[in-house]
Amino acid sequence: MSITREEVAHLGRLARLELSGDELDHFAGQLDDIIGAVARVSEVAAEDVPPTSHPLPLTNVMRADTVRPSLTPQQALSGAPAQEQQRFKVPQILGED
Amino acid sequence: MTEIIKLTAAQTAEKIASGELTAVEVAEAHLARIEAVDEKVHAFLHIDREGALAQARAVDAKRAAGEPLGPLAGVPLAMKDIFTTEGVPTTVGSKILEGWIPPYDSTVTRKLKAADVVILGKTNMDEFAMGSSTENSAYGPTGNPWDLTRIPGGSGGGSAAALAAYEAPLALGTDTGGSIRQPAAVTGTVGVKPTYGGVSRYGMVAFSSSLDQGGPCARTVLDAALLHEAIGGHDPLDSTSIDAPVPPVVEAARSGDVRGMRIGVVKELGGEGYQPGVVQRFEESVEVLRGLGAEVVEISCPSFVYALAAYYLIAPSECSSNLARFDAMRYGLRVGDDGTKSAEEVTALTREAGFGPEVKRRIILGTYALSSGYYDAYYGSAQKVRTLITRDFEKAFEQVDVLVSPTTPTTAFPLGERVDDPLAMYLVDLCTIPVNLAGNAAMSLPCGLAPEDGLPVGLQIIAPALKDDRLYRVGAAVEAAFVKKWGHALLEEAPQL
Amino acid sequence: MTVTELLSYEDALAAYDPVMGLEVHVELGTRTKMFCGCSTELGAEPNSQVCPTCLGLPGSLPVVNRTGVESAIKIGLALNCEIAQWCRFARKNYFYPDMPKNFQTSQYDEPIAYNGYLDVALEDGEVFRVEIERAHMEEDTGKSTHVGGATGRIHGASHSLLDYNRAGIPLIEIVTKPIEGAGARAPEVARAYVAELRELIKALGVSEARMEMGQMRCDVNLSLRPHGQKTFGTRSETKNVNSLRSVERAARFEVQRHAAVLSSGGTIVQETRHFHEEDGSTTSGRIKEEAEDYRYFPEPDLVPVAPPREWVEELRAGLPELPRLRRKRLQEEWGIADHEMQSVLNAGALDLILATIAEGADATAARKWWMGELARHANESGVELAAVPITPAQVARVAALVAAGDLNDKLARQVIEGVLAGEGGPDEVVDARGLKVVSDEGALGAAVDDAIAANGAIADKIRGGNLAAAGALIGAVMKATRGQADAKRVRELVLEKLGVQG
Ligand SMILES: [Mg+2]
Ligand SMILES: [Zn+2]
Repeated sequence: MSITREEVAHLGRLARLELSGDELDHFAGQLDDIIGAVARVSEVAAEDVPPTSHPLPLTNVMRADTVRPSLTPQQALSGAPAQEQQRFKVPQILGED
Repeated sequence: MTEIIKLTAAQTAEKIASGELTAVEVAEAHLARIEAVDEKVHAFLHIDREGALAQARAVDAKRAAGEPLGPLAGVPLAMKDIFTTEGVPTTVGSKILEGWIPPYDSTVTRKLKAADVVILGKTNMDEFAMGSSTENSAYGPTGNPWDLTRIPGGSGGGSAAALAAYEAPLALGTDTGGSIRQPAAVTGTVGVKPTYGGVSRYGMVAFSSSLDQGGPCARTVLDAALLHEAIGGHDPLDSTSIDAPVPPVVEAARSGDVRGMRIGVVKELGGEGYQPGVVQRFEESVEVLRGLGAEVVEISCPSFVYALAAYYLIAPSECSSNLARFDAMRYGLRVGDDGTKSAEEVTALTREAGFGPEVKRRIILGTYALSSGYYDAYYGSAQKVRTLITRDFEKAFEQVDVLVSPTTPTTAFPLGERVDDPLAMYLVDLCTIPVNLAGNAAMSLPCGLAPEDGLPVGLQIIAPALKDDRLYRVGAAVEAAFVKKWGHALLEEAPQL
Repeated sequence: MTVTELLSYEDALAAYDPVMGLEVHVELGTRTKMFCGCSTELGAEPNSQVCPTCLGLPGSLPVVNRTGVESAIKIGLALNCEIAQWCRFARKNYFYPDMPKNFQTSQYDEPIAYNGYLDVALEDGEVFRVEIERAHMEEDTGKSTHVGGATGRIHGASHSLLDYNRAGIPLIEIVTKPIEGAGARAPEVARAYVAELRELIKALGVSEARMEMGQMRCDVNLSLRPHGQKTFGTRSETKNVNSLRSVERAARFEVQRHAAVLSSGGTIVQETRHFHEEDGSTTSGRIKEEAEDYRYFPEPDLVPVAPPREWVEELRAGLPELPRLRRKRLQEEWGIADHEMQSVLNAGALDLILATIAEGADATAARKWWMGELARHANESGVELAAVPITPAQVARVAALVAAGDLNDKLARQVIEGVLAGEGGPDEVVDARGLKVVSDEGALGAAVDDAIAANGAIADKIRGGNLAAAGALIGAVMKATRGQADAKRVRELVLEKLGVQG
């Protein structure tokens, strides 16, 4: 398996990174090496081995449906790069869903 | 002054409680030390002089009023810049959060404030905790107080260096693949990765949620235990937090009795590829344990050889998702918003400008590993390896009480040596990663200097989940034996800054 | 707006068989959000119901709302689903500014409920079974306001403003299996399914499911295949179709559009489409350069949900009577025909009738007033039946007055008219307008005598056994008493005085 420059560009778009041309080349080479090294996990990943997503076997951790104090709008907006009418102001959005 | 900064946390608390020292004196001594040496060490990203002194004054006022003081009241602490602190900048070592002032405290921050610990400031780290050398910090590297041209370990290099440079007797770290233990090993300090779920992750900026664990850093095993007790315990705000009392770590640290304990040497964590001096010091430690009355056996954990590969799939996958929130919309950096660009473009430009190369590398790697078509081969297989590693541990702990290994294959290497060689850099965490994958507990403590370079070597002790106290029992025994043997703490041998 | 080629509905159905998939999102009526303790109260000022968790601040973590899970299980049970023994949340990764973490905490291949069905009654009483694929838990997004473009539309806006009060409100997404075999009735099935689901959700008490408030939102997936073909055609996904009528119209439009494309030799593009309320059309969403890849993986910050069986059974035992069965029972109890029941439902009269019965009226009377006089009034004034200014208690009072013989139907209508005109309650209107049946036997007897005297020929017919002729005399008496007599009593008196057995 070899990872191409185009593939890195596609991954960059999925991850919203405006990668430069140099980076595409550089990362493609490095990722190829890394993927080559980590692919060995499949050697021992047999059918009958269940995957582990959580290190501890906890289940059913839930909270009661009771209201807790929220932040104030001032706190919520305190880190906003821009704001207007007590809302986060962001550039025009292209997507529609 | 030198006196104060060299005290342990336990001693400092005692002297404040008895009135021999005031908390303000203690805080000022450490702030002065930081002023004197941090330009060279660069352990801190932010120093909260006002906050520290205010907290210290409050402790002194409490004492004056005859109110009871906690076991760490008035003791200064250096906090890794990954824990949110209300009103105090939190950057996670990244440009993307430069200047961000959180509107809330992490649970650990809240507990430390409640315990009257004096938070001096925030320490340097690899960006988003991704790295093993602190060179990935967007704000410049930290030097190892043993040799400023060498790495202090990472990602918590700032916290470890602050301890080794006597800028604080206590520090906080987070350990996703070794970020507490490896810096402890290369700086001659003590670091503990508690059982996953033992210390709340609420307010700890996530790198890899199923691996991240906050924990104590200190210069002695007892100090680490005192801090562990202060920050540990159930937190209803963290669903993965263990709903049980903190294991009796302080009691274990005070006991230090290993007679009759069974100790396993992990066959797969050592030998070829390990620096000879590291192997030598490790073997000496095993002899010390035997001499203290422990029974030592060799244990094989065959799946450990796959740990590094599994880790470099799981951690990047989770980080690619955890770091998606840094999009220039609600907080942090915003780049390119000139009125003509869309939100999508601004997000991509900001992330490009705000993240460093290692973070981008891992985001891309994780995005790849989770993509449709690759998920099963990579992320899915890595999770199976995780199961196999957990089984290895379970089998091992049927035979022994704790496992031991070197913490790292080598001592501190020179800054810059592996910066653009990710695979070489990743090898640093070979011995520490299996523990994160399985979720159990481990400690690193100093076991001497490697003869060939005179740099500290760490001994790793590994305990089953929820049995964190065993680390402290064994750690305290080893520490006492070495201090007795050397006639002083290892850090006494570090050069003057 | 671009003109879309359409085939006539009949021609479309003659050549193709529609297959539908419906995805409905229901906002739960919990007090707090799905993963944090922020209030879900509507109408709060912007960004006042947010915390580190629902704002996606660095370091924040989610904790599951137990009532959210409970509601999901109730919905699953009511939809005849199996409830997972063990399931996890998953992260659905994609960037969007109204989603604070840039992933939605949802469920992927382990939904809490799966494999169920909902029986749906169509207008003519036919019952259609819609198979349910799954119902899963997830969270809502924030709200964006687009500024600078035309009427708040995203297109042409200069910037957007974000309010995250809604971000994190619990959603249950209910997905059907492909709905096949509905033929020409597919749009009707779609509408009836969503209507039935809404009734069900309301009956469960887990949400008010008000579509106009966005508490229930529907995506209509539709494809066509030539008759006789097994494999599905390419589908379109029409998003956010937010009224019952629109669901039906969107499905119908897409049938016609697909048919036009296919029959002219074209191919359907798998795409998102937007529904337009104004003309019932759909238009293509932005074509994405690359296919979505959500990179789902188990949410590491939340532990698995493994609902204990006792809990599930307890919830099952506590389920209310399901709307369709309740309607069936009532219809049987009332002894009315399918079409009559259907008009009660269509008029939105069921709950009003039941409330009126609960106030003491008998079922026939309650139905009669709501479906007659009051439905007509609602229709004329263009309001929902429930908005007509009379209460079930007042209707029940009118019915009681009629039953006691104090009012006849004609007077009762006048009383209702008075109540609707704001003249007060039924008793007040009766008093004020003087609307009481003449119950003075003497006066009534005299009026009957007068009528017999004035209509000798008719009286003779009645004496001769032609009882049907009595109507004319009764009419004359009613006229003389200006309608304020009890017609039944008048009839008795007429027959009595003429010596005829009734
Ligand atoms: Mg959904
Ligand atoms: Zn919230």
